[in-house]
Amino acid sequence: MIVAIRKITGKTPIKIWHKEYDIPNLDLIVIPGGFTFGDYLRCGALAARSPVITSIKNHIGRGGTVLGVCNGFQILIEAKILPGSLIRNKKLLFTCRETTLEVQSCIENPFLSGLKIGECLKIPVAHNEGNYFAPEDLLKQLKEEGRIALKYIKQKDNEENYNPNGSTEDIAGILSKNGKVLGMMPHPERAMNYLHGGTDGLKFLTNCVEQIIG
Amino acid sequence: MEPQSKLLKINKNEYLAQQKSKLENALEMGLTKDEYNLICEKIDKIPNITELGIFSAMFSEHCSYKSSKKWLKTLPTEASHVIQGPGENAGVIDIGENLAAVFKIESHNHPSFIEPYQGSATGVGGILRDVFTMGARPIALMNALRFGSPDQPLTKHLVSGVVKGIGGYGNCIGIPTVGGETNFDKSYNGNILVNAMAVGLAKKDRIFYSAATGAGNPVIYVGAKTGRDGIHGATMASAEFTENSTEKRPTVQVGDPFTGKLLLEACLELMNTDAVLSIQDMGAAGLTSSSVEMASKGSLGMNLNLDLVPTREDKMTSYEIMLSESQERMLMILKPGSEEKAKSIFDKWDLDFANIGEVTNTGRLILTKHGFEACNLPLEPLVEDAPEYDKPFEIKAIKKVLKPSDLKTNLTIIDILKIIFKNPNIASKKWIWEQYDSSVMGDTIFANGDSDASLVKIHGTEKKESFGKGLAITTDCTPRYVKSDPIIGGMQAVCEAARNIASSGAKPLAITNNLNFGNPDKKNVMGEIVGSIKGISEAASYLSTPIVSGNVSLYNETNGKSILPTPVIGMVGAIEEVENSLKISAEPDNVLIALGQSENFKAGWVGCSIYQEIINNKYNGAPPPINLENEKKVIEIILKLNEQKLLTAAHDISDGGLLTTVCEMLFKYNLGLDINLPSNLINCDSYDPLLQSWCFGEDQARIIIATKHIKKVKHILKENNIDFFVLGETNSSSNLNLKDITTISIHEIKNLNEKTIPSMMGDQQQG
Repeated sequence: MIVAIRKITGKTPIKIWHKEYDIPNLDLIVIPGGFTFGDYLRCGALAARSPVITSIKNHIGRGGTVLGVCNGFQILIEAKILPGSLIRNKKLLFTCRETTLEVQSCIENPFLSGLKIGECLKIPVAHNEGNYFAPEDLLKQLKEEGRIALKYIKQKDNEENYNPNGSTEDIAGILSKNGKVLGMMPHPERAMNYLHGGTDGLKFLTNCVEQIIG
Repeated sequence: MEPQSKLLKINKNEYLAQQKSKLENALEMGLTKDEYNLICEKIDKIPNITELGIFSAMFSEHCSYKSSKKWLKTLPTEASHVIQGPGENAGVIDIGENLAAVFKIESHNHPSFIEPYQGSATGVGGILRDVFTMGARPIALMNALRFGSPDQPLTKHLVSGVVKGIGGYGNCIGIPTVGGETNFDKSYNGNILVNAMAVGLAKKDRIFYSAATGAGNPVIYVGAKTGRDGIHGATMASAEFTENSTEKRPTVQVGDPFTGKLLLEACLELMNTDAVLSIQDMGAAGLTSSSVEMASKGSLGMNLNLDLVPTREDKMTSYEIMLSESQERMLMILKPGSEEKAKSIFDKWDLDFANIGEVTNTGRLILTKHGFEACNLPLEPLVEDAPEYDKPFEIKAIKKVLKPSDLKTNLTIIDILKIIFKNPNIASKKWIWEQYDSSVMGDTIFANGDSDASLVKIHGTEKKESFGKGLAITTDCTPRYVKSDPIIGGMQAVCEAARNIASSGAKPLAITNNLNFGNPDKKNVMGEIVGSIKGISEAASYLSTPIVSGNVSLYNETNGKSILPTPVIGMVGAIEEVENSLKISAEPDNVLIALGQSENFKAGWVGCSIYQEIINNKYNGAPPPINLENEKKVIEIILKLNEQKLLTAAHDISDGGLLTTVCEMLFKYNLGLDINLPSNLINCDSYDPLLQSWCFGEDQARIIIATKHIKKVKHILKENNIDFFVLGETNSSSNLNLKDITTISIHEIKNLNEKTIPSMMGDQQQG
């Protein structure tokens, strides 16, 4: 993720240690993928209790922007910054492969506003717990508030496994109420050049950076 | 020293561990009577239980290679690009630009059968430590797996557990698992093989070694705490299996990939300073082998206070501490005065850091516990006097050459092709590979069968006009060939690996091998070991791909039944510009050409082929012969063609022969092909044995290439005297036509290819 951001901005992003309380004023905080504390408990559950989460919440309180990818999304959920839960993939297997995402019509946000509604992005996933689950009332609320940002989508009518984890309504990413926090399971930083198999991740992240920093 | 009776009051078990041993203790620990007597003679006393435990671990096959050493010494290990050959934690080769590739393969067969998840996970963890101990950041993981018959109920459980375990460790620690091989055969029913390989990257002038230096220097223990898991694992790994082996579950180590990640980062951070003089991971035989090897390699001694070793459980004895195989631990010798700085790094990563002793010049390993001397041994006999056996052997080889007409069948070419792709040995392993994170770190170019070798970009070598260098990696072995003729089988494994590396566009450079065999006390098994080492040596030296590291796993048998001999070759190659690498999938309007295939076709090699198994239900012919000159020619020509950017794809012809290879190249884009046939086959029907041998024969030294530049390619091939056969031009029809003889639907075969493993694993929808 650092390499990807550096490629787009030409600057090396600041790394923040999990034990830090004080963080400077930042344009964008990215919580990248990984296995925080091994994720032996629920994914992201321990990380959500790290000192740095308090500062991230403060940053959000100030209207700051946060992107959580994969484990980053799981941490945002565990920290109750985003609602719902991410449970084991439907097949109970880790899944690493390319998926196709569709940009949804949603509230104004700095992550997708440069992209077209209905636009498709090919971006890989790699996770064991990415099955987004929301009870009916929450789902209704998310829809009404326009907070469903990305969905997995079929490319062919008969495609069976286009949704890699069995998530509710094929949800791949959701936004916070103010649109300033996005959590998503797919890894845009792994689709940065044609040798990766595609550049849609580059397109997505470049758009984020342009919208946020200008 | 105070009387030992006082020790009895402190810790009864420690007291017992310090009592004199008897012959029966030695036998229980897997030593022979002769070995026990030799130990007593060499150390001039009767060892106590702890001392005997240390000897038994060091004398185990796993640590001493006592049955194979004589033959391992004959392997070619040198070349101008070799920085470090066998004998260290991993092999190191020069890949230019002041960079070195560091790699090794290692088996975790027995533990993985007993406890598939933890066994395979710690196999991955262990091999990663071997690589980062040398100062290298691991950048790719591979594996070679062998399971029992697919219809044996246990197989499904083992496949599922092993795959989860490999993924569990690799995915969590964040190093991509980029490929490998998975095969099934009933000979592995009671003894699966789990061989894990790791490749790392280091600065050429920043390689770390294990030899201790400087008497008085501090000995530092870092990483996880020592527990009671895996005690005597090295000895277990050196014994045959029986039905009661699952009772040995407590001797299987437990992996903790998160601590592994912390240890990796902390060690690499410390290695960036000048504090580390030498370092060794605690793998098989834990603190025993690490302390003994470090001290003996430096021709020094070591004093350790075992009370200072961080332990997970109370009242662990010296015996348990020395023989525990708890994971994620390292032993280091630091530059005096640098302890504080080093400790602050490990504190930051929340890892234990303990100064547990010092280097001495006594040539002895002296351990104390509760103030008593728990062990006082000369190091020389532990290492130098480990037995080296010259076991009797007999190399048996099937010489009978089968002719196509010996294999009469009422199966058509389509029937056979369908059977081939329903065979889990050939079918797509996507179900397995998707469970491995192959794209983490963002440098993976080809993983999991996209190309004949897996390919990772070397981060930091990017140029203005290029993505930079890449490393190509493959693991290969065809055990049925080795069984039928160990020498040819050994050669074939090396040649296929080299062909795979070259088919990805990279130059083959060096080998790590994992020699998995049955009980070496049996003449024929010893013959398989000796024969395959001979074959590997001959091919590796001819192709200038020396063996720089490796591992031997013997006693792979259950109730007296041996596994197929499985000398796995892990090969690494390099490519200067990764964007110039080759995949297996042909594109529309490519011409496919079989290199190494003569226009003047006489007969395909059917003995020992997958085709023979389908027709005869067994392998009883000689395996395809190896012509090293032809192998080298086909490798060199493909690299030459690719340098001139004339190729789109390449795929070597191996299991299942030419037609199987062609199908695999057409799958991705659902392409069709009107395939040319040699003139003597045009009037054959679909049952004709000669035509079938052309389709499915397994003659070696062949690679199919796909090109858009047919004229130029033909010219270069002729100029270089390469046998080749133009198969035809791909089209969008998705039909593979053999003249008027038969039409094969690529859709249908592709579907079979993708459904085989999921349906074997009870997952119908996947694909």
